[in-house]
Amino acid sequence: MHSAEIIAELQPIFADILDLPDLQLFAATTAADVEGWDSLAHINLVVAIEKRYKVKFALGELQELKNVGDMANLIIKKLAA
Amino acid sequence: MSFPTLQDQRVEDLLQKRKRLRRQLSENQGLRELRIAVLGGVTTNEVVDLLELLLLDAGFRPIFYQSEYNRYFEDAVMEPEKLTAFRPEIVYIHTHWMNIHMARLGITSTETEVRVAVAAELTRYQTIWNSIHQSVGCNIIQNNFETPPVGLLGNADCVSESGRTRLVWELNLAFSQAAAQDKKLAIQDLHSLSASLGHAQWHDWTRWFSYKIPTTPEASLAIAKSTMAIIGALFGKSKKCLVLDLDNTLWGGVIGDVGTDRIEIGKETPVAEAYTAFQQYCLELRRRGILLAVCSKNQEDIAREGFAHPDTILKLEHFSAFKANWEPKHQNLQAIATELNLGLDSFVFVDDNPAERALVRAQLPMVLTPEVGSDVALYPTILDATRCFESVRLSKEDLERADAYAANSARASSAAKFADYGAYLDSLQMNAEIDTFQPVYLDRIAQLINKTNQFNLTTRRYTYAEVEEISQRPGYIPLYGKLADTFGDNGLISVLIGRRDDASLHLDLWLMSCRVLKRDMELAMLDAMVERAATAGIETLFGYYYPTAKNKMVKDHYRQLGFALESSQNGGSVWSLKVAEYTPRNRHIAISRTSATVNLCTAPKSSQNCSRSLPIS
Repeated sequence: MHSAEIIAELQPIFADILDLPDLQLFAATTAADVEGWDSLAHINLVVAIEKRYKVKFALGELQELKNVGDMANLIIKKLAA
Repeated sequence: MSFPTLQDQRVEDLLQKRKRLRRQLSENQGLRELRIAVLGGVTTNEVVDLLELLLLDAGFRPIFYQSEYNRYFEDAVMEPEKLTAFRPEIVYIHTHWMNIHMARLGITSTETEVRVAVAAELTRYQTIWNSIHQSVGCNIIQNNFETPPVGLLGNADCVSESGRTRLVWELNLAFSQAAAQDKKLAIQDLHSLSASLGHAQWHDWTRWFSYKIPTTPEASLAIAKSTMAIIGALFGKSKKCLVLDLDNTLWGGVIGDVGTDRIEIGKETPVAEAYTAFQQYCLELRRRGILLAVCSKNQEDIAREGFAHPDTILKLEHFSAFKANWEPKHQNLQAIATELNLGLDSFVFVDDNPAERALVRAQLPMVLTPEVGSDVALYPTILDATRCFESVRLSKEDLERADAYAANSARASSAAKFADYGAYLDSLQMNAEIDTFQPVYLDRIAQLINKTNQFNLTTRRYTYAEVEEISQRPGYIPLYGKLADTFGDNGLISVLIGRRDDASLHLDLWLMSCRVLKRDMELAMLDAMVERAATAGIETLFGYYYPTAKNKMVKDHYRQLGFALESSQNGGSVWSLKVAEYTPRNRHIAISRTSATVNLCTAPKSSQNCSRSLPIS
């Protein structure tokens, strides 16, 4: 699976959680770029991603992420593991 | 509670669609505002977000105050000003076993040290509860504690003086004992809740270290549902009546096909035992005040024969209503609601047939129809998980309710024999006790205020704390009424609150349990109120009717009592009655009272500071 496909799958999830129907996600998108992506929304995003892909992020794995592209790559890595 | 749209959803779906659900549910009409302060020893946002959805779905419009992370003690005790200014109706203290001050327990602890540690921690919490009692005075929900996920001593952790498991157990017991003595303190049993979900599905260390959320999302939802159940019970939203199908629900087999001898009930086979166990569960619900009713597609005489089976636990006398016919089930449910004078939203319907469940869900969404499946062995667990019969504490009336409804059926049949209704009323030899609020009845009064919907003129809800305040405050004439008759004691069934303003008395609340409708009890209550008002020098009574979806039966209440219409608007109306022109109305009920003195302010418009008290009788 490619990073772009993951990002396309993440987009409706992010749009729901952040309540932004028109949200466009790109690999370079960061929390600072998106209205309402605060620490509490971030917790919801992590729950949704873990459930969607049936993965569990280890402590610290999420701290390394700089943008949505990093997140997608981490998901790919977890799925391959 | 009933969450027709939310109850079956997974936590991740609720969290993902939360903002949209919140917006949609907020558009519902007639939501009741509810101010809830959440004081957390952990990050409470996830539980609060989920609780908000559940409350919106149950007809509340919650407004939350959340303490900063782990500032629950400070917010309650050191700086209660912010909490007081928020004016909460409920304070929920959500703490975690890691908030317990265990430091003093070392590996060499002694029995004495355990006792000291438990006492010290209990005292810390009592300081919190007492501070809230004093500064806010509202109901408190306090959770008890999960068993720690790591038992350092293994099995001995629950035995040893230095075991944390043992400390949590002892502290939980101390909380229960404290709550049994404190009517404004409800314990949320996280100990049992975490066990029923399972520790592996409950604790989440990653989330604890990352966000200071100690639980999985699934556990957060379980906590939110349990909190919702307590709030629902505090505000009278618990279910009151369990309606049951018969064939393959209360016994195995179709009685019309196989005959009474061949239905599966008793101890002979595993399947028969499972039906027996479910009947036993239903009977236990009835003993604690839940009404039972039958709604079955059957020929009535054959259906009734099932309860003559030698092994049946349930007997005909346990059912407050019995509908066995070929009409659609939703129509029978409506007929049962009418017969019992209960709202359909207080009903739970159990049927093994998915088509019947789907019909009732579609036609009567306000009835809670759990997806019970077709395996009766699971029915008690599935019903229990809905928390729909939650009770904050059992009252004497709860324990006697089902019998009271049974006596009502006997009354109804004897009414048929009297041509003259007055003669029937006289034959009941009714005896009412009507008096100002007495401390011993405050629990029951608060309960009645929060669950009575039909005979309720204003549908004002009061918490236990507010009822207690009204009972003591000058300027109020708060009356309760109890009614007994030849068939039994109906208990405390009516509340009438008058609030004085100069020479006027405003009837802020007037309600009555529907099980004493058409007994002239409202006349006796009015007599008692006017008598006290006259003694206190009041000239005019003002009555108010505020329409709701459920109280149409009292639309003309004041007109029928001879009040004059003052004004009306949007279906609501204001009525007045001159005390000097009143003559007592009650003819059929003998009246008694307990020791009757009430603080009544005689000075105009200064009821808060009035210290004068008048004996009324």
